[in-house]
Amino acid sequence: MKDAKQKKPKFVGTEKTPVEPFDAEALIEVQHLTKRYGDLVVLDDISEKILPGEKVAIIGPSGSGKSTFLRCLNVLEDPTDGYVFFEGNNLCDLHVDINLQRRRMGMVFQQFNLFNNMNVLKNITLAPVHVAMQDLRKTRRANFFTRISNFFRPKDKKRPLIPVQTSRKQIVADAEQNAMRLLGRIGLAEKAKVFPSTLSGGQRQRIAIVRALAMNPKVMLFDEPTSALDPEMVGEVLELIKELADEGMTMVIVTHEMGFAREVATRVFFMDGGKIREQGSPEQVFGSPKDDRLKEFLSKVL
Amino acid sequence: MWKSFYRNFITNDGYKTVLQGFQNTLIIAIFGLCMGILLGAVVACFQVAGKRNKVARGIAYVGDAYVALFRGTPIIVQIFVFHFVIFPMLGSALSGLMECCIVFGLNSGAYVSEIMRGGILSVDIGQTEAGRTLGLSYTTTMFRIVIPQAIKNVIPTLGNEFITLTKDTSVAGYASIMDLTFAFRTLTDGGTNVMAPYIVLAVCYLILIAFFTVIIRLVERRLRKSERR
Repeated sequence: MKDAKQKKPKFVGTEKTPVEPFDAEALIEVQHLTKRYGDLVVLDDISEKILPGEKVAIIGPSGSGKSTFLRCLNVLEDPTDGYVFFEGNNLCDLHVDINLQRRRMGMVFQQFNLFNNMNVLKNITLAPVHVAMQDLRKTRRANFFTRISNFFRPKDKKRPLIPVQTSRKQIVADAEQNAMRLLGRIGLAEKAKVFPSTLSGGQRQRIAIVRALAMNPKVMLFDEPTSALDPEMVGEVLELIKELADEGMTMVIVTHEMGFAREVATRVFFMDGGKIREQGSPEQVFGSPKDDRLKEFLSKVL
Repeated sequence: MWKSFYRNFITNDGYKTVLQGFQNTLIIAIFGLCMGILLGAVVACFQVAGKRNKVARGIAYVGDAYVALFRGTPIIVQIFVFHFVIFPMLGSALSGLMECCIVFGLNSGAYVSEIMRGGILSVDIGQTEAGRTLGLSYTTTMFRIVIPQAIKNVIPTLGNEFITLTKDTSVAGYASIMDLTFAFRTLTDGGTNVMAPYIVLAVCYLILIAFFTVIIRLVERRLRKSERR
């Protein structure tokens, strides 16, 4: 249902740079991304492309805008200026349904953010069931109106109904089966009925990852997934992320685990002062850094 | 002293008045709380949503005015104004009891709206973010994730409000509603034998409130199932 006359695009943010044509190959493209809180510049005119299958690690000192950059990628944080494209859709355009786009971008937080009022299984199935039910209701509504209008149409001009092959029961069963499969994969199938508050940090984070995976996302965004964990539990979470990487999932990871970044990433960004100061393959960034700030940073953390 | 109270209470059928008053007090308190919760939840939702939606902000201003009005005046003044000015002006055919229920509902709605708003704000912002990143809309996130948790946080304060409301119903007598206090006042022989009726009245309120406290505790325990505390 496209309008005959195109709606004038309306963008989030206060400043407007003209939109440049986006690269059709890139999965995520960022154009002149800027974020300011008053006078404080958090992100300073970043333009970047992320191709399908790439694993991007973002490193940098705290306060360098890493997390803000990641949160701008799915417009959890409204950019002050610039645009984010995901599969050719401008996420900063208010006419683009951001909820439809976010369903294909999983995100994992530092603080897990599992829903405290639901058990683990419900946590995982909530979004898939809700989305499927929304579609089902939409078809039913459409059928209802077709039926009413068919009543007034002559016999040879009746419109066909959209076939409905599923039901609420079926949707819930499918979602639960998928959730159990994912839980089985991380070895937490027996925890399906417990509440998140009884789980350990590592278990919670793995379930948070699985929750994002249940929506079959095209890209996963990790916001310091291991920073709130005990050193002991970091391993199990990183292992899961590594598995996902091997399966070819596109990922953007903000991390302080340099060893992990070196091992998994195909590209590393070093951010400082709201800018990407240096980027390249892990060997380049860790092996032969050129930027002075990066050298100083690496000498401190390695 | 107790003899005259006994005479008034049993022999002169005073207990019927008291039971009537007891019933009215309960009706006003429970109806008032239900109306207050509904009204307060709606006002609080608009106030929270008003941060990001212009239409909601407009409605939130109306809500602010309502809260200011009903929190800024004593309940007894509200009863006078509604009972003697507003309802006669509207020519309403409501019974005095219904009028009182509505006034108490409006009054408690103003307080509950602030309680609810606090409850919604007390839920970690990460819960909202997690819901939004899964592709749920703002409204869905609110109703499926934030508000269930907010209600759990709010139950103790809401219980407090219910208790306050129950005790506030004692002023309903000024609008000639036969509530518990007014019922006992009819047993004082016109103000000559006050001691026994008033002591019994106080005990009645105490027992009523103790009963409510137990119920609130039970509700709270049921809702806290998902926590380790």
